[in-house]
Amino acid sequence: MIEVRDLVKEFGSTRAVAGVTFTVRAGEIMGLLGPNGSGKTTIMRVLTGFFPPTSGSVAIGGVAIDDDPLGARQRIGYLPENVVLYPELTVARFLAFCAEVKGVRKGELRVRVDEVIERCGLVEVAGKLIGKLSKGYRQRVGIAQAIVHRPQVLILDEPTVGLDPRQVIEIRELVRSLGGATTVLLSTHILPEISMTCNRVMIIDYGRIIAEDTPEGLSRRLRGSDETRVRVAGPNREVVEAVRVLPQVETLRQESVEADVVTMVVCASDGDAMRRSLAAMVVRRGWGLLELRPLPMSLEDLFVRVVREEREVAQ
Amino acid sequence: MRGVALVRKELASYFAGPLVYVVVGAFLGATGYQFYTTLNSYVVFGFGMNILENFWEEFFVNKIGFYLLIVVPLFTMRLLAEERRLGTIELLYTFPLRDREIMLAKFVACLSVFLIFLAGTLLYPAIVYHIQPFDVRPFIARYLGTLLFLGGCIACGLFVSSLTESQVIASSSTFIILLAFWIMTWNEAAVSSSLATALSQVSTFDHYHGFARGVIDLKDVAYFVMFIALFLFLTLCSMGSRQWRGRR
Repeated sequence: MIEVRDLVKEFGSTRAVAGVTFTVRAGEIMGLLGPNGSGKTTIMRVLTGFFPPTSGSVAIGGVAIDDDPLGARQRIGYLPENVVLYPELTVARFLAFCAEVKGVRKGELRVRVDEVIERCGLVEVAGKLIGKLSKGYRQRVGIAQAIVHRPQVLILDEPTVGLDPRQVIEIRELVRSLGGATTVLLSTHILPEISMTCNRVMIIDYGRIIAEDTPEGLSRRLRGSDETRVRVAGPNREVVEAVRVLPQVETLRQESVEADVVTMVVCASDGDAMRRSLAAMVVRRGWGLLELRPLPMSLEDLFVRVVREEREVAQ
Repeated sequence: MRGVALVRKELASYFAGPLVYVVVGAFLGATGYQFYTTLNSYVVFGFGMNILENFWEEFFVNKIGFYLLIVVPLFTMRLLAEERRLGTIELLYTFPLRDREIMLAKFVACLSVFLIFLAGTLLYPAIVYHIQPFDVRPFIARYLGTLLFLGGCIACGLFVSSLTESQVIASSSTFIILLAFWIMTWNEAAVSSSLATALSQVSTFDHYHGFARGVIDLKDVAYFVMFIALFLFLTLCSMGSRQWRGRR
C-alpha cells in the first residue's frame, strides 16, 4: 500500500533522509521508531506530499506521488505532529471543511462527519470551538479529520505525545481499531506504544532504517545478550562465585539475600546456554534451584542497543 | 470545487472573530464623517467649475483609497502567517489542494470581505444622487479602480504574510510597502524629473488617480493586473520554498 524506494531528502547540505526503502502492506500498522531528529517527520512529510523528495520514489496505493500528487494525497489521512487546528471553528464545521476539501460528495458530507464524530468520541463537543477543547479532544479531532474521507492510508506523527495516560490508551485503541481496513504508519519515540499498537516496526536513525521486523521478532533477534532472574537456595558467597565463573556470564547483579537464598539477575551472552549450564551446576552442587526465568527484554533496551550497535558498526 | 470549500472556511474564520465588524464599523464611520465634512467644504467654498466631480475625485483618492490602504494589512496579515504559526499550513499542504488553489482561495476570500467595505461606501453616492441626480458612469470606473487597487494591496499583503509567522510583522511590513507605493510621487520636486516620471509609472497613487477621476485607462488596468500577478507569483514562490528549506 505504501511503497518507498531509495528515498533521499536533503535540505541544503543536510541529509535528513539518506536512502530509505520500505513497503507497508495493506491493513498493516507499521511503527516508525527513532530518536528525535532521526528523520521520521521528514519521511512522513514526503509521503504526505508536504514536500517532494530529493530523489527516490514513493507510491501510495499504486499511485506515484510524482505522477499524481493530488491523487496520492487523496488516499492519505495525515495527523501532523503537535497538531493545532483552527481555534475559531467548531469541531463539526472544521470536519465538514476537511471532508469537502478532501472530495467527499455534498450528499454524503453530513453522514461522514457524523460518523467520525461518533467514532472518535466527539459527540459532546461537536458544537464547541476547537480553541476551547482540551488537548486530548483536539488530538481526537486531528484523527477525525485524518479519517473523515476514509483514506486507504493513515499517517500519524507522534499521535499520543503530550496526552495523559487515559487519553493515550483511548488513542491507541482508536488506532488499533483502524488497522485492518486502513493501512497505518505511525511514528513515535515511546517504545511501549510500538509493541502495543503495531504489527511491524522500523527503527530509524540518522535518516536510515537500521532494523525492520515485528516487535516480537525484533526482540528475539536481538536476544544475543539477555537477562535471567535466578534464585538459588544454598550458601550465599559460594553460590554467587559459582554463577559468576560460568563461561557465558557477563555481569551479575545481586537483588536480595535472605537466609541462604540468593536472588540475582544474570546477564549472559547466550541466555539458553547459560541457563543450561547454571541448572546443571546447581544440581551437581546439590543446591536448590528455586527460580530460573528469562527476563523479556524491553523494547527500550533493544532500541538503545540497536542504535548503539549500528553506530559502532558504522565507526 | 475544493478551493471553494477553502474560501468558505476562510470567510467563516473572518466572521468568527470581531475584526470584520469592528473594522467595517470604523471604516464606514471614518469615511462617513469625511464624506460629510469634505462635501460640506466643497459646497461652501466650491473648488473649481465642476464641484461634484472634484469632490468625488478627492474623496476616492484621499479618503476611500487611503483608508483601505490602512485597513488591508489588518486583513491580510493572518492569511498565511497564522496558518504557519499554528501549524495548520501542514494540513493545507497535505490536503489534495494545489498551492495555487490555496493561494487563490485566500486571495478571493479576503477580497470578498472587502466587498462589504465597498458596498458600504455605495451609500455616499446614493445620498448625493437622491438630492441631485448625476451621471453614474464615472462610478463604474471608480469602483473598478478601487477593486483593482484592493486586489493589488491584498496580493501584496498575502505575499508578505507568506514570509513570516508573525502577524504583527506581516501587517506592519505590508503597510510600509503599500504606503511606499502610494506616496512615492508625492514630492516630485525632491527627485529629478526623469526619476519622477519613472516613479509615477510604478506608483499605485498615480494609477488609482485616473480611476478616481472617473476614467478607465487600459494602462491603469494593466498596471494593477500586473501588480496583482507579480505579488501572487511571489507568494507562490514563497509557498514553494518549503521544498528546499524543509520548514513550513
